[in-house]
Amino acid sequence: MTIVRAHDFLSWRNESRRLLAADVSPADVHWAGANETLFGGEQATEAKIGSVASVPKEFLRLAQTAALHRDDDRWNVLYRVLYRLTHSEPSLLKVGIDDDVRRLELMNQAVSRDMHKMTAFVRFRRMENSDPECMVAWYSPDHHVVKAIAPWFSRRFGGVRWSILTPDECAHWDLEKLTFTPGVPRSAAPASDDMEHLWKDYYASIFNPARVKVKAMKAEMPVRHWATLPEAEIIPNLLAKANVRVIEMAKNQKSSAAEFVPRTNDLQQLRAAASVCRGCELYARATHVVFGEGRPDAKVVMVGEQPGDEEDLKGHPFVGPAGRLLDKAMLEAGLDREQVYVTNAVKHFKWIERGKRRIHAKPSGIEISSCRPWLEAELASIQPELVVCLGATAAQSLMGRDFRVTTERGIFFPHRWAKQLVATIHPSAILRMPDRRDEEYALFVHDLKLIAAKVRELEAASRRLS
Amino acid sequence: MDVQAKLRILADAAKYDASCASSGSKRARVEGGIGNTTGVGICHSYTPDGRCVSLLKLLLTNYCIYDCSYCVNRISSDTPRARFTPEEVAFLTVEFYKRNYIEGLFLSSGIIQSPDYTMEQMARVASLLRTEHKFGGYVHLKAVPGASEELMLQAGRFADRLSANIELARDNDLAQLAPAKSHGAIEKSMQQIAHGILEAKDKTMRSGKAPQFAPAGQSTQFIVGATNATDADLLGKSSALYRRYGLRRAYYSAFSPIPHADPALPLKKIPLVREHRLYQADWLMRFYGFTAEELTTVVDRNLALDKDPKLAWALRHREFYPVDVNKAGRAALRRVPGFGVRTVTRILQIRRYRALSLGDLGKLKCAVNRAKFFVVTSDHNPSALQIDGVKLPERVVPQVRQLSLFEAAETARSGEL
Repeated sequence: MTIVRAHDFLSWRNESRRLLAADVSPADVHWAGANETLFGGEQATEAKIGSVASVPKEFLRLAQTAALHRDDDRWNVLYRVLYRLTHSEPSLLKVGIDDDVRRLELMNQAVSRDMHKMTAFVRFRRMENSDPECMVAWYSPDHHVVKAIAPWFSRRFGGVRWSILTPDECAHWDLEKLTFTPGVPRSAAPASDDMEHLWKDYYASIFNPARVKVKAMKAEMPVRHWATLPEAEIIPNLLAKANVRVIEMAKNQKSSAAEFVPRTNDLQQLRAAASVCRGCELYARATHVVFGEGRPDAKVVMVGEQPGDEEDLKGHPFVGPAGRLLDKAMLEAGLDREQVYVTNAVKHFKWIERGKRRIHAKPSGIEISSCRPWLEAELASIQPELVVCLGATAAQSLMGRDFRVTTERGIFFPHRWAKQLVATIHPSAILRMPDRRDEEYALFVHDLKLIAAKVRELEAASRRLS
Repeated sequence: MDVQAKLRILADAAKYDASCASSGSKRARVEGGIGNTTGVGICHSYTPDGRCVSLLKLLLTNYCIYDCSYCVNRISSDTPRARFTPEEVAFLTVEFYKRNYIEGLFLSSGIIQSPDYTMEQMARVASLLRTEHKFGGYVHLKAVPGASEELMLQAGRFADRLSANIELARDNDLAQLAPAKSHGAIEKSMQQIAHGILEAKDKTMRSGKAPQFAPAGQSTQFIVGATNATDADLLGKSSALYRRYGLRRAYYSAFSPIPHADPALPLKKIPLVREHRLYQADWLMRFYGFTAEELTTVVDRNLALDKDPKLAWALRHREFYPVDVNKAGRAALRRVPGFGVRTVTRILQIRRYRALSLGDLGKLKCAVNRAKFFVVTSDHNPSALQIDGVKLPERVVPQVRQLSLFEAAETARSGEL
């Protein structure tokens, strides 16, 4: 039994050439790789033995990679394959189901994967106060791949100075050439970086808490690498909060009337279905659903905010103080109340308790959007010529959150649910401004007159069409 | 609003684009600059949902003037809004890249002001990256349909990949759900991109060196399940797009109902397995020699959910089997359920030296349990005798189980069936 030592590909090749020249069978050789260190063995030089045998290029490629594997048995496997290739089985590598070839391939795969993972998982930190900028990473590869993969980093990050520190050896780039030094402990690398909080934020925002697949993540990003990945620090936290976030998401998701809206254009059926709506939490404290009222073929639909105290008790829209003010203003502006369908953006009364009174509370964005399917179903059924939004809630429900009633009132917009849409203030706003009541009321009537004129114009247009 | 707050909103809003590929482009680093692309994409991280993080995926803004019913960023939605400046996006990209967090940038955007204005802003990010930061990493820009050809060409000079999303398989669905969009305008953008790519290739052929144009090609994305379009519609459309504009990839994204959705949209989430089957079918069309028409039948215009489309085809065409692994050609071997493209290549290589037995197939890491019913091997293979049996489907179809989102994403990435 011959005992030979190898510590890298070149030394293995030199020894193998010697053994092959003497025709030593793999069974009679033991390759010792123990107590090898990368810098302990002397650097091998090309042996002065001429070519002893030719092997496929493919083998050299495989062998060079497999030589970086941490398994000491690699030299034995390599020599066995080499011996078989040069003796009776020149096509051995083509038979992927041979045990030795398979072993070689597995080692080759493990090393390639390790190199690939290194390109993925190295995380640079900027050296504090470095000028010019210097980036430093600490990493712990599975195999002896630092030298082999360092050129990849200099190609990509050639414009910056960097060092990659590992326990085995370190690579350094000074903008011109790569140098290698012995391994160092982790404490040699910077402990933090000022971009890491943004990176962690990004990582947290793209994680979908509804799909926790820890095993899949760990298969691709093994836990042994987590120590050097800044984002891995927040994984336990993300996982701990995932359940809570899912419950919150489900709550927000459930917050829509959509599933209660029947697929029909019949207003009576819609009204009946609305009475049991649980699309948001408001139903719990309200007396009635206050659905829209008016002719199913109305040319004008007026949309308010939400029912008030009186509306809630009676179950009809615009029957309280604001409704009475609206009736009065419409009369003055020459709008026929009988021809108009009135409804609200939110169909339940939202209130807070003040002593014995129920005080109106503004519906939230989620409540408005949860209720919108009802409003849209009403509009889809009636197909009005004109939609009049009374107040910001209605306007924003139909025109988006950027809509401002103060600057855009009285302007007619084309809209998907009607030929035209226009917004003005809500009559209850006038009631809440006692010192400016008369001016605001006049402005409101002015807007309604514009609307009355537009209604006549639209009617004339549709008469011409028919 | 600071960059951190914007990042949270605009990263969250960007996750509806399925594409995360960073492969297929080769770009050397410029002198004194940072970044290159090597043709191989790298997944730099994985989130706890099992998905890979390769690109910094952002929207430039989630403000949008369009009102596409299926989209959370439609004008009528009340999602929180933010807008990055081009400089902020370039800064984040370069700083993340320098720390080796990412392969590059995937930038999309809501439509602000006009398609031209939006495209110009996005092209500006790419131009900042390439010229001011000398950035050589991967850049994927969303092409805004309706933007001028000039802007599209400008974007293509800086980007590695451009993609115009086709959104829905049928034009009349688009007219209904996304009135501002049409197949006409979207395909016009695809045509412009395809033209730019061809022209750059042509110039390179003639002069040896020419400015690159979207070297990683173009891709597109379908939303699946927002309308009653069938899988046959989807596959027909994607195969036409592959053919017409030389697309590299089509992505299929399952429609998930958004809060306060349009009443015209379905309320139910589509089964994720449908998305998965579409990716499988797409892969069969591109690498396995199947045509779109073969994958569905006249009777059933949708792919079967309980078995993969290749197996479904095999069970409909029993006369095609068994295939002799030691004699059959590449095309026939690719039609064996359980054999992938690489398995077939290895079989062809190995059988020159020795005949393959059933046990050998086991060592090739292919799905022998499925394949064994459809092949003849050098040894006795009793399973192949069942090929005409009525019980074959239940023997070969694996136990039904819930398919997860991760598997669909994995299929999107690897295409392994």
